[in-house]
Amino acid sequence: MVRYVLQKLLFMLVSIFVLASATFFLMKAIPGNPFQSEKNIPAAIQERLNEEYGLNDPLGVQYLHYMNNLIHFDLGTSMKQQYVTVIDIIKTGFIYSLQIGIFAIIVAVAAGVLFGLIAALNHRKFLDGFTILIAVIGVSIPNFVVATGLQWIFGVKLRVLDVAGLNDPTDFIMPVLALSFLPAAFIARLVRSSMLEVLSADYMKTARAKGLSGRVILVRHALRNAILPVVTYIGPMTANIITGSVVIEQIFGIGGLGKFFVNSITNRDYTLIMGLTLFYAVILMLARFLTDIAYGFVDPRIKLSRGKGG
Amino acid sequence: MKEQTLTPSDFEKLSQDEKQGEIVVRESISAWKDAWLRLKTNRMAMISLWILAFIILVTIFGQLIATHDYRTQDLQSTNMAPSSDHWFGTDSLGRDMFSRTWMGSGISLQVGIYAALVDLVVGVIMGGIMGYFGGKVDEVLNRFCEILYSIPSLLVVILLIVVMEPSMFTIIVALSITGWINMAWIVRGQIMQLKNQEYVLAARSLGAGPSRILLKHLIPNAMGPIIVTITMTVPNAIFAEAFLSFLGLGVQSPAASLGTLINDAIKAMTVYPWRMLFPATLISLTMLCFNIFGDGLRDALDPKMKK
Amino acid sequence: MLKKKHGFTLISVLLALALVAVGCTPKEESGSSEAPVFRMNLATEPPSLDPAQVQDQVSATVVNGLYEGLTRKDDKGDVVPGMAKEWKISDDGKTYTFTIRDDAKWSNGDAVTAGDFEYAWKRALDPNLKPAASAYAYQLYYIKNAEAYNTGADGVTADDVAVKAIDEQTLQVELNSPTPYFLGLMSFTVFFPVHQSAKDNEAWATDVSTMITNGSFKMSEWKKNNSITLVKDDNYYAKDDVKLTKVVFSEVNDSNTELSMYQTGELDFAGMPTGLIPNEQFPTLKKNNADEFKVQGSASIYYYLFNTTLKPYSNVKVREALSMAINRQDIVDNVTKGGQTPAYGIVPPGIKGEKDDFRSEHPDSAYFKEDLAEAKKLLAEGLAEEGLTAMPTVKLTYNTNELHQAVAEAIAEMWSKNLGIKTEVSKQEWGVFLDNRNHLNYDVARGGWGADYNDPMTFIDLFSSKSGNNNTGFAKPEYDALIKEAYSTDDQAKRMAAMSKAEEMVVGKDRAIMPIYYYSTVYMIKPGFKGIFIDYKGDIDYNRGDYEAK
Repeated sequence: MVRYVLQKLLFMLVSIFVLASATFFLMKAIPGNPFQSEKNIPAAIQERLNEEYGLNDPLGVQYLHYMNNLIHFDLGTSMKQQYVTVIDIIKTGFIYSLQIGIFAIIVAVAAGVLFGLIAALNHRKFLDGFTILIAVIGVSIPNFVVATGLQWIFGVKLRVLDVAGLNDPTDFIMPVLALSFLPAAFIARLVRSSMLEVLSADYMKTARAKGLSGRVILVRHALRNAILPVVTYIGPMTANIITGSVVIEQIFGIGGLGKFFVNSITNRDYTLIMGLTLFYAVILMLARFLTDIAYGFVDPRIKLSRGKGG
Repeated sequence: MKEQTLTPSDFEKLSQDEKQGEIVVRESISAWKDAWLRLKTNRMAMISLWILAFIILVTIFGQLIATHDYRTQDLQSTNMAPSSDHWFGTDSLGRDMFSRTWMGSGISLQVGIYAALVDLVVGVIMGGIMGYFGGKVDEVLNRFCEILYSIPSLLVVILLIVVMEPSMFTIIVALSITGWINMAWIVRGQIMQLKNQEYVLAARSLGAGPSRILLKHLIPNAMGPIIVTITMTVPNAIFAEAFLSFLGLGVQSPAASLGTLINDAIKAMTVYPWRMLFPATLISLTMLCFNIFGDGLRDALDPKMKK
Repeated sequence: MLKKKHGFTLISVLLALALVAVGCTPKEESGSSEAPVFRMNLATEPPSLDPAQVQDQVSATVVNGLYEGLTRKDDKGDVVPGMAKEWKISDDGKTYTFTIRDDAKWSNGDAVTAGDFEYAWKRALDPNLKPAASAYAYQLYYIKNAEAYNTGADGVTADDVAVKAIDEQTLQVELNSPTPYFLGLMSFTVFFPVHQSAKDNEAWATDVSTMITNGSFKMSEWKKNNSITLVKDDNYYAKDDVKLTKVVFSEVNDSNTELSMYQTGELDFAGMPTGLIPNEQFPTLKKNNADEFKVQGSASIYYYLFNTTLKPYSNVKVREALSMAINRQDIVDNVTKGGQTPAYGIVPPGIKGEKDDFRSEHPDSAYFKEDLAEAKKLLAEGLAEEGLTAMPTVKLTYNTNELHQAVAEAIAEMWSKNLGIKTEVSKQEWGVFLDNRNHLNYDVARGGWGADYNDPMTFIDLFSSKSGNNNTGFAKPEYDALIKEAYSTDDQAKRMAAMSKAEEMVVGKDRAIMPIYYYSTVYMIKPGFKGIFIDYKGDIDYNRGDYEAK
């Protein structure tokens, strides 16, 4: 187990290095600079700014400089927001993104498992068809349409919720709902099909034959196995929610990290682009790592020492 | 061993009746046909398939039925409600929304299909190589995939689209950078299971090379999961394109995708709802059908789900 | 159905958790008459609140409430005393002597002195200013030796810059040449004073606790990337004139959401300069909310640049034909819909001329008119001169933006219909676009320019051969000579005549650019708010705002 974790961590470091290098050169390949605007600033001042931020150095030197800072966990300061470190931007923004992200994951899993179960237990009855139809519709509408629709209905027409911001607990409802819509629908479908598979498995018949009560069977045997595919979905879901948050945060005016995905690139805020890429790469890797670990706990057949299973 | 003795009666002609008994009356059913038969019993999946076929047909011929060209502007009749002249109304430059919607459907479908094709080719080759050769090759390639997979793809996609000219080609390339990994892993898993089966051994002992074994034996047998993955890739790519359109990174107007049409309309949703209604309904319907059909296909191709 | 219950319990527990996690910040309600609050949207985080570093409208909107210069402008655009209670101008128009008012105070109670202004201006000119040299330092170049010091000329130090605090309350400034609009410049951000505590703390402008300001408001809360709250400053000399107790800026970067927030009462002001209302909604809003929906001209110009170094755009007749073959009124009425004015010159209405508005003293209708028949003829002639039989496909580039796209598509269609030209419209990401435009790597490209100060020179200067923003390849010694002539005198009649001649040269004769429209500012403000106005260049001034419930 320890060896496995160490191995994974080492691999993560290598990945980060490769990713940082690739992003660095890709980003520098884009024309433009952080100080551009409709009104060009005088050439002399532009030159001095470039000097100040080390943008006149050869690319190789800039790269080594950045990597050296990175080793010391220094992501630098934003080139657009003066004196604000990249770490500060990530810290202040991520609090919001994390809050809605985590709630969205919890809601998605809870609602997804719940509806998946309802559908499976009512197999081929009305409730099954109904839930599955809702779930499929859920994965068929773009989230910016869902978000705008929610905002218009509950914010503007009914006026029961605030249109934007994240000041009251109720302000969480719309962004979290919009963000969890797609993953919830996806999980519901996953749970339904794996539940159906499990319910017809032999050990379920055994359990029933042993005379265990319906609830015990459902929770101890069926649910535990049916939830396995959901665990493998944690990784992709995290990525999904990160991407989704870009749209959701813009529409609901939440000052999370989402807006910097596009902003940092448009602004040529080099340090921030790098910081964001690395930060989210680490999160994605951790999510996948946790998935592996969690899988080991839920499914006793998998031993972690074996590394990545086929 | 018991000695075998033959009598003349062993060589008598069979009667017509006895002959009939040996004939396979039921047509021999290939695995594919079997799957098709199973799929046909799935009503929802078949309805989806028909709707999809209909959507694709109208997309191809939509420009011909349309009363107006998708590019022609009429600044005197902007944002018109649906009428007999403009079936889906007009947009902010007075262009016909009917022809634009089907134009958009065409581009969205193309993005989805081409992205799926790239995934298919790259994913199957990479997955096949990983699965077939195993060992060090597998290890290295797998690590490579894992690194790609940990990239926050959105950032890279945006970077790429900024570096290259905004076009359908750019979008497809950007989506394909990380898109094929899932496919590669699925193929890899399948090949690993299949490669030790007897028919592969037989082929190998008959002197077939790796590419022949992969292409003729392994991949055809892994086709089920591959097809299912593709039916899921198409809608995902369509969605991803719509998402990029929302960020202003969509295709160049006057061309349009469903994503750019929805994004253009979303700002005017409350005043000109029809501009949003048609493309949004169409994208959702397309997604819905792809999803239901994909589900049906999986049930049909996946023997585990056989009742 | 037991499961269902569990699910709901789970969700309610989560919501309770959310409650704890956020903590309840009381929501900012719309103002009452006694303690009026004004809420508007900045759309993005201001990059810097250091007056020397401000270079964008978002930062300027906040800084204009936090600081006050030597003069202010009233709602008619006239210069009125600010930190300076009076001033004297020497007969040659080159030396200004300002007297700071006795009760001018910083937000921490310190007196605002002439030395603070000297410090601030020299600081903005400092080539080694941290973290970066000021991008707007060139606005101070009117001051003697300022340019030499800022560009690091040999032997010129801060002491040589001709701004001097004679005593606590007297500031003397010596200019290179007479500059009639210099007093007006005093309300421009880079001329604002800076508290000298900035010497010890480079990052002073990023934290509420270290921001010492001298304006009507002071910073009370800055939730980075979320919102900024200003409160009335009781140390301000005219605190009785400041009626708003609070100004709250949100940072919502979505025009739809901004409009919804305005409609549900979460904002008191929506739209430009810092926010945006979707232009597709203009006609409906104008009809349904006539008393809240406002359109006002702003001193900015929207135009297309021709790459005059590239065939066939190097031919003046081709450029003329393209410029004449569009219908500007149609674009303004049916595409942008925001009450813009068709443009045939480069100086927008609202810019002061000799006595009145420059545009009404020198009408742009004199430069050229739209004329299809003439355009066709010119195009044929121009192409023949260039030895071409047909016009090659025009590549029209613009930076990614819905409005620019609509305008580009409409113009492409007009060219196609009227001249039979094929046009390929092409959006480019902002940075890529600027890079291409700066390197003359385009056929026809979008351009926009707003006033820095209230004088035609802020536009005319743009096309001098030395301008870093010319971007057309247009360079004429005659044009530069006219600019020089205007700079050399403070006789307004002569200056205006020279600048009008220059304008005619670039738009009417050489046609290096094709003007499309003069911008407008479109905004909505809740009834009851008074004294909040948009100035000639489209900036918002809320310093003397008030609210009276109806």
